[in-house]
Amino acid sequence: MLQVISLLLENKPGALMRVTGLLGARGYNIESLTVARTTDSALSRMTIVVDVDPPLRKQVIKQMNKLVNVLQASDLTESPSVARELVLMRVRSTMEARASVLKEAEIFGARVIDSSMEGFALEATGDSEKLDEFIDVMRSYGEIEVTRSGTVAVTLEPRKLRLSSPVPTGAPKTTNTPTPANGVINA
Amino acid sequence: MSNLMSGSKILLECLAREGVDTMFGYPGGVTLPFYDAMYDHPLRHVLVRHEENAAFAAQGYARSTGRVGVCCATSGPGATNLTTGLVDAMMDSIPIVALTGQVSTKLMGSDAFQEADTFGITRACTKHNFLVKTLADLPQAVHEAFYIASTGRPGPVLVDVPKDVFQAQAHYVPVTTIHLPGYKVHTDGHAGQIRRAAHMMWEAKRPFIYAGGGIIASNASGELKELVEILDAPTVCTLMGLGALPADHPNFISLPGMHGSYAANMGMTEADLLIALGVRFDDRVTGRLAAFAPHAKVIHVDIDAAEIGKNRAADLPIVGDAKRVLSKLNKILAELAPAHAAINADGRKAWWGQVRGWQEEHPLAPEFSTSEIKPQHLMAEIDRISGGKAIVCSDVGQHQMWAAQLIRFNQPRLWINSGGLGSMGFGLPAALGAQFANPGKLVFSIGGDGGFQMSIPELSTIASYGLPIKIIVMNNGYLGMVRQWQELFYNNRLSSVTLDCFPDAEKLAGAYGFPGRTVENPADLASALQTAVNEPGPYLLNVKVSPFENVYPMVPAGGAINEMVLCDAKPVAVAQ
Ligand SMILES: Cc1ncc(C[n+]2csc(CCOP(=O)(O)OP(=O)(O)O)c2C)c(N)n1
Ligand SMILES: [Mg+2]
Repeated sequence: MLQVISLLLENKPGALMRVTGLLGARGYNIESLTVARTTDSALSRMTIVVDVDPPLRKQVIKQMNKLVNVLQASDLTESPSVARELVLMRVRSTMEARASVLKEAEIFGARVIDSSMEGFALEATGDSEKLDEFIDVMRSYGEIEVTRSGTVAVTLEPRKLRLSSPVPTGAPKTTNTPTPANGVINA
Repeated sequence: MSNLMSGSKILLECLAREGVDTMFGYPGGVTLPFYDAMYDHPLRHVLVRHEENAAFAAQGYARSTGRVGVCCATSGPGATNLTTGLVDAMMDSIPIVALTGQVSTKLMGSDAFQEADTFGITRACTKHNFLVKTLADLPQAVHEAFYIASTGRPGPVLVDVPKDVFQAQAHYVPVTTIHLPGYKVHTDGHAGQIRRAAHMMWEAKRPFIYAGGGIIASNASGELKELVEILDAPTVCTLMGLGALPADHPNFISLPGMHGSYAANMGMTEADLLIALGVRFDDRVTGRLAAFAPHAKVIHVDIDAAEIGKNRAADLPIVGDAKRVLSKLNKILAELAPAHAAINADGRKAWWGQVRGWQEEHPLAPEFSTSEIKPQHLMAEIDRISGGKAIVCSDVGQHQMWAAQLIRFNQPRLWINSGGLGSMGFGLPAALGAQFANPGKLVFSIGGDGGFQMSIPELSTIASYGLPIKIIVMNNGYLGMVRQWQELFYNNRLSSVTLDCFPDAEKLAGAYGFPGRTVENPADLASALQTAVNEPGPYLLNVKVSPFENVYPMVPAGGAINEMVLCDAKPVAVAQ
């Protein structure tokens, strides 16, 4: 089963590379990844769907949490959450089939966002399996072109966000005193 | 207003605020403005002969002091040359900050001369890295880099600075606070867990302490010693942890693992409680994981939550800084002692009997011959001269394992070696860094004839600064460790492991202006080493040892650690 990971991270160059690099180092293939800034423009929310062996999932989350730019990484796979995906699709349709295409779109809750002599541009959201079906059905009417957003998910369980406080700069005064120079002195 | 400062000067100010006194580096085109600013600045820049060695030297400085080591390289090839040293520091959790020059921001991404995507390349080589695109961000990035490198689980951090940022001018306002909201450092262990750990320890019949580099990183040797003594448990220190408990402490066994002692590995295998402190259950320690410490409950203390349960599930995890956790733990153990120490006292006595038995059965004892110098003889002599107090920087190979087995370290930060990455070419430049940080100390560099030849350029640096390093080459004429594996597991088909044409040591050292010598007669070894140590400056001692000696005990790759090969025989080959 795929793992759904939700991350809150700093909206900084390189932050995305660190997250994907961590998965890439283990040879994992990312099924989907979405990222956009949150209401706080300094932060981004990322949803990753990735095929991780179940025994390693905790480890992957811990390693993500170690990344300096990551404020919180959580596994949504087995916790209460909702996940949705958006599909944008252009479907070619003959004049005769137009009515059926529209009917079918309605069944899937898709909206028409553009219409032309050749066919329609449709927009649908839902869970990924439902969207697979929608795409299959539409394909039967004619040539299609599809762009999927990838899964976005939100947890239904509020989790406390623990953040670090500011610290003063400069060399630490107390810790890490070097070993006393009571070793062998050169003759 | 005329207190405008260049980016270069601001960077030097930031380094001074971090207490940096020494930096190891190599200049180039884009760092010209930075080196120009260094010209009349008190910070000491040590010109090494290869950037990889700048990173290794910074590590030698850091490992021997606990302070952050600093290295510097130019863009492109300078930065890429640093990478081995960065990964090495990452694997062994060593705090260093690397400063690299980058092509000007306008040129970035255009395949400009000496451009490399340092930020991208070093993402995987560092704990964190920064690309500073405007001067306004520079002080913040530098202070964050030092903070990240030195706190939590230490590691390397790189700051990439484009040439135009060095050249830009700004009013310097020191940055006094930094804020890294997502950088979580757990230092205090969970009080309840610590109490439970204390109970488990008193209730164990066969407790065994497995201490690692984390003890040294957190300066927790004192606390470790206290724990060892309250509990009176046998203790092993890993390759990264040698010196965490004084080697002459009666409870110290040896290092464990692939080339650990019989007692260390049998102890781990038979223990009912493994007290793992600042360790990561590395495959070189555990052997076949499924067979590792099969009877033991595990208490695992580590500052890095991601280490807990990574390789071996912990029955009782404590995420925290070893020093803090152990000082609390020791208090509770002492409180509980009157009521609990007797519970399994008989069991623990019997346990010691078993451990002492294993030690007597197969001690890690040096071997001697009258016709040739045995590698173990060399290490025993270095041990004698060191008296547990000299800094020993080792390279990677057979000599490293014999040194780890036979040279005793009575303090932390004396044994310096590339543990996790096993980078040949580490030892000599690390000794260079350690000697700069510890000018009064006796510093040995021990290398193989292979690894030493990876570092020969640094002889020039050592000569130039007159560093009194005692450079010992354990010359067996082979890439010995690889030869050993070829002998044992590949039917002795010795493929590309012969090292002929080793340079004449006296002439080589002489070419750099310091003394050197080759010894091959066992009777001459002690006096030759003494001559080297008595020499006020550097000394190169090439010690010809028996070529076909193998390191034992040995746990073949994929084997269980209690299935040790103890001496030359026909071992059963195990698949890699
Ligand atoms: C950079 C690097 N390349 C290759 C290796 C693989 N390797 C490990 S030990 C070893 C042999 C080292 O030979 P030498 O320096 O003569 O030391 P010895 O084992 O003979 O003591 C080699 C090639 C390594 N660890 N590091
Ligand atoms: Mg050799």
